[in-house]
Amino acid sequence: MKKASKEMNKYWRIGEPMVWLSGAALSLTLLSAITLLIVIMVNGLGVFWPSNIEEVHLKDGGKIFGQLIKTEENYEKTGLRRQYKIANRDLYGLDFRWIDEAKIEESVYPDELIVLERIEHGDFYGRIKAINTGRTDSPTANLANLLTELDRATIALDHLSELEDKLNDASYRMEQMRLEQLKLDYNQVPADSPKQVQLNLEKAELDKEFAGLIELQTRRLADARKAKAIFVDAAGQEKEIALVDIFQAYSPNIMGTSDKITFYFFKLVELFVGEPRESNTEGGLFPAIFGTVMLIFVMSLFSFPLGVIAAIYLREYAKEGPLVRVVRIAVNNLAGIPSIVYGIFGLGFFIYGIGHTIDSIFFPERLPTPTFGTGGLLWASLTLALLTVPVVIVATEEALGAIPREMREGSYALGATKFQTLYRVLLPMASPGIMTGLILAMARAAGEVAPLMITGVVKLAPALPIDGNFPFFHLDRKFMHLGFHIYDIGFQSPNVEAAKPMVFVTTLLLVLIVLTMSSVAIRLRNKMKKRYTFGTF
Amino acid sequence: MSGLKIDNPVLSVKDLRFFYGDSRALHGIDLDFPEKQVTALIGPSGCGKSTLLRCFNRMNDLIDISRVEGEVILEGENIYDKSTDIIELRRKVGMVFQKSNPFPKSIYENVIYGLRIAGENEKSLLDERVETSLKGAALWDEVKDRLHDSALGLSGGQMQRLCIARAIAVNPKVILMDEPCSALDPKSTARVEELIGELRENFTIIIVTHNMQQAARVSDNTAFLFEGNLIEYGLTDQLFVKPQNKQTEDYITGRFG
Repeated sequence: MKKASKEMNKYWRIGEPMVWLSGAALSLTLLSAITLLIVIMVNGLGVFWPSNIEEVHLKDGGKIFGQLIKTEENYEKTGLRRQYKIANRDLYGLDFRWIDEAKIEESVYPDELIVLERIEHGDFYGRIKAINTGRTDSPTANLANLLTELDRATIALDHLSELEDKLNDASYRMEQMRLEQLKLDYNQVPADSPKQVQLNLEKAELDKEFAGLIELQTRRLADARKAKAIFVDAAGQEKEIALVDIFQAYSPNIMGTSDKITFYFFKLVELFVGEPRESNTEGGLFPAIFGTVMLIFVMSLFSFPLGVIAAIYLREYAKEGPLVRVVRIAVNNLAGIPSIVYGIFGLGFFIYGIGHTIDSIFFPERLPTPTFGTGGLLWASLTLALLTVPVVIVATEEALGAIPREMREGSYALGATKFQTLYRVLLPMASPGIMTGLILAMARAAGEVAPLMITGVVKLAPALPIDGNFPFFHLDRKFMHLGFHIYDIGFQSPNVEAAKPMVFVTTLLLVLIVLTMSSVAIRLRNKMKKRYTFGTF
Repeated sequence: MSGLKIDNPVLSVKDLRFFYGDSRALHGIDLDFPEKQVTALIGPSGCGKSTLLRCFNRMNDLIDISRVEGEVILEGENIYDKSTDIIELRRKVGMVFQKSNPFPKSIYENVIYGLRIAGENEKSLLDERVETSLKGAALWDEVKDRLHDSALGLSGGQMQRLCIARAIAVNPKVILMDEPCSALDPKSTARVEELIGELRENFTIIIVTHNMQQAARVSDNTAFLFEGNLIEYGLTDQLFVKPQNKQTEDYITGRFG
């Protein structure tokens, strides 16, 4: 008995239970993080895999074409039911359909079933019935001929998009001219002054050019739309689709595994570089990726120097006392304020305050239309910078504080001033810690959505924040963001089921971007660590 | 109390009192340091020897609550005068610390740190100074092939000699050493002690040490401090063989401390 209690005592003294407890806590944390990642990956990675299309024969004689999504027990617990993606949204009104297995006669995989990815109305599943090129000869209706005709249509589309670039350029110039006109009117330049006359002349010319382009575009588009194909769905219903409306056509049932892999990577590339379609539920994510990265980048440009400099003052120059202590507590608490509060502050201070002031000083002629007095990348970045600056300050302060006193003394003893010591010895030594702060700040910024929603993020931005028009960086523009994208397509979309795959893909992408940026920063930090800190000796 | 008369001292301390806030750490010290000799400051922990040493290059200025009264005369001027340029002072009075503290830079950049911050950028002069300083610190042969490698890759003893090279690179009058060997192994200690012997040909050295054998080995003169007072100051040979004061005798024979 006594021996047992002694054993027990020893057990507690060594702290075995505590070791187990901490181990369990760590495993739990890791497990939940890994589960989250796995769920995202499983759901996100499978989205672009071209699975086969079934022709399902129902016992009541009906037929449907569909891709099997999942099988589960039905509500009545009497058997299994299957979810099929049946596409053809414009014909059926819904993309998915549940069918009880008991009602299914058989499933077959005919070779000739075709999947069309369309610019509008989502996918179409069906058979091809006829191709009408709009010329005199019309080839036989099969996939190969359809693809040839699609290539031809793509060339026509390329011409059209060239035209569209010209149109965009012209409308940009028109907008500039309109603003110029506004300015002249605002400054009360008389209508018969040479400037006004000149402007009117240019404007008339541009109007003519614009009208010409529009006409050309309408004509070309009408020409391009002449090429059509007729498809039939499972029930034999016919659908005529213009070839220019078809983004891609393929037949998964005759594709081998290697074909499917190639197809898969093609879709991945499209995801990274393509523009979104169908109110963002299809197509690429390029503008959102670009907006996210740009936002984090601009945010870092503001928050990094500001935070580091503030921390330097706080740690090196401010005299330790009650005031500094209060400031430090305040900075630490800033990190705990809900991000939406920062958003509201950004809206009130940056947009309505500073933005409006800029407008009334530099662009009074455009008012009440705001230029800077509305949400935009600059204001969103500044708001996020404000949100992340405490992280940078705390990290920098700690890094500076962790430098041994001998380092400062060594520098002072050689006749260095405080400033020289700071930038020649202390900052390089603190740089790994400062980098850690920046990594944390970037990760935090990448994950924020709430403050962006009121400071300039939009569902669909008409133009990127960087383009070929002077001054190239348009930080006043609204932008797209992956985080907002997830919220928008996942919870604001009318067709949630169809948008679901994209939600997972977008989430995966956001995680990947954060991971990529952090790992680059961590590599940089490790390099600095190697250079600026002591190894063992 | 002082049994030593020194003509033409390079550094002389007159009635120096030092305060940390309200408590007094040094109670009126009078000391003269002869040129191009090694003077050791010994005494038990907390006796004020490091504080005294740090008064000579005004390193104590970094402590907000400290206060100094009295005079420290270097080249005829009181370094605690309002007009004193601390930067200039610290270039004249170099310092080597207990814990070696090379900067996270290359060996080369470490040596010329003092010159760089003074605005010296001429390559030939810097190269020459690196060589002479490293030779002066008996480190040249070991590092001449890797001058541009990080100084953090050196061994503890090499680092300490690098710190000495860094101190002598700016050509100071006086070099202060605050227990320079206390973190080193015996072999490295022997090398540094040997080096101190060589350095005294060109520099005045004031060394604080805990190790009385070391004081006996390397110094010409020794000052014994106790509780903020200078108890005895004399030629090392005499002080260790025939101390004048009872407290000194007790300390060096190991009866306390």
